[in-house]
Amino acid sequence: MSDGIINDTIIAASNLSKSYNHKPALRGLDLAVPRGSICGFLGRNGAGKTTTLKLLLGMLRPDAGEIRLFGEPVDAEKSAIAARRRTAFVSEDKELYPFMNVGQTIRFTRPFFPAWRRDLEEKHLRLFRLPLEKPVRQLSKGMRTQLMLLLAISRGAELLIMDEPTSGLDPVMTEEILQALADLAATSGATMFLASHQLTEVEQICDRVCLIDEGQIVIDGLLDDLKSQYRRILLVFDGEPPATLADLPGVDNIRRRGRTASLLAHEDVDALLERTRGLGPRSVEVRPVSLKELFLEHVKGE
Amino acid sequence: MDLRINFASGVPIYVQLMEQIKHAVETGAIRKGEQLPTIRRIAEDLAMNPNTVARAYRELETEGIIEVRHGSGAYVAVLPGSAAKSAVMRRAADVLRPAIEKALAAGVSEPELRRIFESELARVNDGKPATRGRT
Repeated sequence: MSDGIINDTIIAASNLSKSYNHKPALRGLDLAVPRGSICGFLGRNGAGKTTTLKLLLGMLRPDAGEIRLFGEPVDAEKSAIAARRRTAFVSEDKELYPFMNVGQTIRFTRPFFPAWRRDLEEKHLRLFRLPLEKPVRQLSKGMRTQLMLLLAISRGAELLIMDEPTSGLDPVMTEEILQALADLAATSGATMFLASHQLTEVEQICDRVCLIDEGQIVIDGLLDDLKSQYRRILLVFDGEPPATLADLPGVDNIRRRGRTASLLAHEDVDALLERTRGLGPRSVEVRPVSLKELFLEHVKGE
Repeated sequence: MDLRINFASGVPIYVQLMEQIKHAVETGAIRKGEQLPTIRRIAEDLAMNPNTVARAYRELETEGIIEVRHGSGAYVAVLPGSAAKSAVMRRAADVLRPAIEKALAAGVSEPELRRIFESELARVNDGKPATRGRT
């Protein structure tokens, strides 16, 4: 790898493993988030999302594997501190003092960061309509998230790690937060890593998605590329769909119901289509695949 | 230009953007030489990813639909024949509209109508089923 590639990968984790009481939470997880991307980090509860976030934030150490932020290993003390200065964590209610009000929280945080941007602070105070005099403990969940986002943006963080930034928020607040993220991405080129259960927000704001299941990454790529690659092929036969369908090269997954069969494929879809036509279906239909379908097809059920 | 993106759809978002901008050019909603909204403006208005908007603009530039001028933004390219094209598009829409209205009045639903249209289009093309998107 050239230096350029290393420097342009803001989060690089390789072969991360972590167990709790001999129960593996992460099993050889690899992650690469390029500069300037907004990466949605998806997975079911218990898939390893929280463990991954804690490792990235230095709150846990991996049993094996390595994490680099901004090209530097995070277990070296000096570079870890530098990386943390450039990284902000945004979650609904951690890291804020409940007894301070909004104005005090901002004035308290400001001096820690020499690159503080007063213009961005004021812009987001207006945008989010945050009440300066209100104590943090009395803020709604959405306002606490907005306050954390304001702090992260104003201090000039280059990497935002976010945990469920819009869960439980009403549509207006959700849209305000997503707009602030879109604006930040367009103007500053900050990198964002966003753990979420909200597929709709990930579809809207992320250009990249990583899907974790059972401690490993099962899908990783540009969302639009995934949508271009994956296809569902719906086949209707005169009788039972032939058993040989499942053996065709390129079939990721197959479901049968009565005389119909539904194939999921992402490699060489045209060649696969030709082969399915050879099996004499009455009708062949090709459909695009949404992120929701991809998610459901790639995480293991109960 | 009224952009509407269906984020939940399986159609790539940059492809949806490209198609809507092309449609706006073809119908004359934006004309050659006119400026398109900035990437930042679209990203903020739709609360979507600016890299994705940039990708749509890059592809449109490659196809010769728009010109990106450094520092001043993106403009609809001055293409020979694009006025003729928009006239053809308008005539085609005039031909299709009464047929669509008739089908809807006869109780055909919108998704059914779309399916009929796609399959008839595929039949006219070469009998292959329609594949959405591009390579």
